[in-house]
Amino acid sequence: MDNTAGTNYESTENYWNIVVKPVDTLFNLKFGQIWLYRDLFWLLVRRDFVSFYKQTVLGPLWFFLQPVFTILIYSYIFGSLAGISTDGVPRPLFYLAGITCWHYFAECLNKTSAVFVENAHVFGKVYFPRIIMPFSVVVSNLIKFFIYLTIMFIMIAWYVHKNEVKGVNIYALLLPVLLILIAMLGLGIGMIVSALTTKYRDLAFFVGFGVQLLMWASPVVYPLSAAPAKYKHLISFNPMTPLIETFRYGFLGSGSFSWLSLGVSAVNIIIISCIGLAFFNRAERTFIDTV
Amino acid sequence: MGLFEIMNTVIKVENISKAYRLGEIGTGTLSHDLQRWWSKIRKKEDPFLKVGEVNDRTVKGTSNIIWSLRDITFEVKQGDAVGIVGRNGAGKSTLLKILSQITAPTKGIFKAHGRIASLLEVGTGFHPELTGRENIFLNGAILGMRKHEINRKFDEIVDFSGVERYIDTPVKRYSSGMYVRLAFAVAAYLESEILIIDEVLAVGDAEFQRKCLGKMADVTKGEGRTVLFVSHNMTAVSSLCKSGLYLKNGSMISNGNISSVVSAYLGDMEKIERQEWIGNKGNSDLKIFRTGVYPEDKINGFHTNTDIFIEIEGEALNPIIDLVMGFRLWSQYEYELAYVLHDDTQEEHIAFPAQKFKKVFKIPANTLAEGSYKISFDIGIHNREAIIEHNYCDLSFSLVNISGLGRKYLVGATKGFSSLIRTNWLVK
Repeated sequence: MDNTAGTNYESTENYWNIVVKPVDTLFNLKFGQIWLYRDLFWLLVRRDFVSFYKQTVLGPLWFFLQPVFTILIYSYIFGSLAGISTDGVPRPLFYLAGITCWHYFAECLNKTSAVFVENAHVFGKVYFPRIIMPFSVVVSNLIKFFIYLTIMFIMIAWYVHKNEVKGVNIYALLLPVLLILIAMLGLGIGMIVSALTTKYRDLAFFVGFGVQLLMWASPVVYPLSAAPAKYKHLISFNPMTPLIETFRYGFLGSGSFSWLSLGVSAVNIIIISCIGLAFFNRAERTFIDTV
Repeated sequence: MGLFEIMNTVIKVENISKAYRLGEIGTGTLSHDLQRWWSKIRKKEDPFLKVGEVNDRTVKGTSNIIWSLRDITFEVKQGDAVGIVGRNGAGKSTLLKILSQITAPTKGIFKAHGRIASLLEVGTGFHPELTGRENIFLNGAILGMRKHEINRKFDEIVDFSGVERYIDTPVKRYSSGMYVRLAFAVAAYLESEILIIDEVLAVGDAEFQRKCLGKMADVTKGEGRTVLFVSHNMTAVSSLCKSGLYLKNGSMISNGNISSVVSAYLGDMEKIERQEWIGNKGNSDLKIFRTGVYPEDKINGFHTNTDIFIEIEGEALNPIIDLVMGFRLWSQYEYELAYVLHDDTQEEHIAFPAQKFKKVFKIPANTLAEGSYKISFDIGIHNREAIIEHNYCDLSFSLVNISGLGRKYLVGATKGFSSLIRTNWLVK
């Protein structure tokens, strides 16, 4: 707070609830303001959800068809054609567990990275804490995540009944932690990209490509144990790797789990999201002049 | 909030400046950014921000950085209505964008006390797939309202907008008029302490504009909220605002009482507008020395309720057959309103005699509505040649409506209505 006004009321610490300066602190999350706009947050979540199925014929059914088709294609290509190991887990279930985590991450990243460019018309007209937009994206994508999860539970029940998987164990309780970490990672990278795309528009083209590339560097269609020795080091450095592995370990009982690699991943993710936040805060102040 | 009676400055702007980069953004910016970053590390001045250049569109600057605002400092008291006036490109919109936190200033500090809601363009955040009802909530929330606040005002909003029948229809099926009415209604019922409004009155039909002006008068006078209002409509600014701010090329020229600010602005506008041309132009047959436009009451200036005179002075050196001499009157929307020749009243062809002459045409009071007008002269020989080239001694002027005539339905604020002639009804 800059208080050069003198001794009167205007110099009271909390009198000015809005102070705008050319340079602001980078890690300011403005929780107070976000709280004031909490209704907007929920309305945005609702809007995302409603406007998604309002234009489609099959409506909410799409949320179910998408994962089912993906599993079928993956099972055929990576399973039957390429013959990649799935650690003894039935293929459809193995892939579903992978893409449940991956799709949530990818959606958070993609939507967050387009947040400035896509909302320029709104951001250019009215102020509200911009960070609400990516936050609402993370939450509205949760709906999709839980649909995937529901399908997965049905399949687990089926395979447990057929005695082909061990089933859910105590590590499944880590799910909230995993979800938060995945969301933070998607949000963090997305915020960095979104800030950069306001100036360098070409970056948007790399995002789609980069996310795909990153997927092959994550144990989505293969288990970490089956990764080639040459790249194993690289793959386990990927923050997504321990998350997907832990997820599978908890729900399917396959793969590996270590507190150390999960901890390292968590620290990396926190660093990435702090950088993302700093980039985002910087960009939101003047992006409208350059977008 | 017991201190509220004395806590009365709600907006404080200190030395705000804003620089924009001209030209195509995205070409070469990475190298500029690297240079900027490098000089920042060495604690040097930004090489691309040259200080001292003024935002003037007509003059080409030396650097491609333009200062849209320069050292703006002012304060606004609680409950004040401040009109911000200036020509297009004077920096009014930039100032509002900074005040509504859409963009950050390059230099300076801005502080505010209370919630700020901006109405830079109505309908912000409307989603075409959602219904009117859903959009009222979404738009209200974007503008900073809580859900229960919107709930409380919902009926009033719908009532004001007059779209009750279509409230559960997706807004993509609305006409543009309905869309705007709904959007303005949401914004008008905002409960923010500070309201920023930019030219909303340029939309909608005359009836709705009147309703908006009425609502804005309520907001400023009745509800005691602080309002910042940008408009080119001097009548609206003068009647709604108590104090004013005149921006010119990014700098603040005057700040204070609204009437002094408006007259400073209009005075400058008259200087920009050419109301007299003096010279010696023509051919061996005809010379023009002077053209001019002036109001009957030269002290009070151009008002809708005074007669306006248009003059041509010159000399015919030889008798001229088929002389065409007159002018066209254009509205600010480039509509041609009249084409008048000096000999319109004559029936037969007579040669214009060799003589010195002064022709005066009178536009009676209450003929033209508030706005800007252009006069272009047409002087030549019919079907043969132009003696004065096109646009050579053109004049322009702006009329202000202080009489109130024609204000009921805002003649002139609507495109295409440039006359007050309809006020000349006879009482019988």
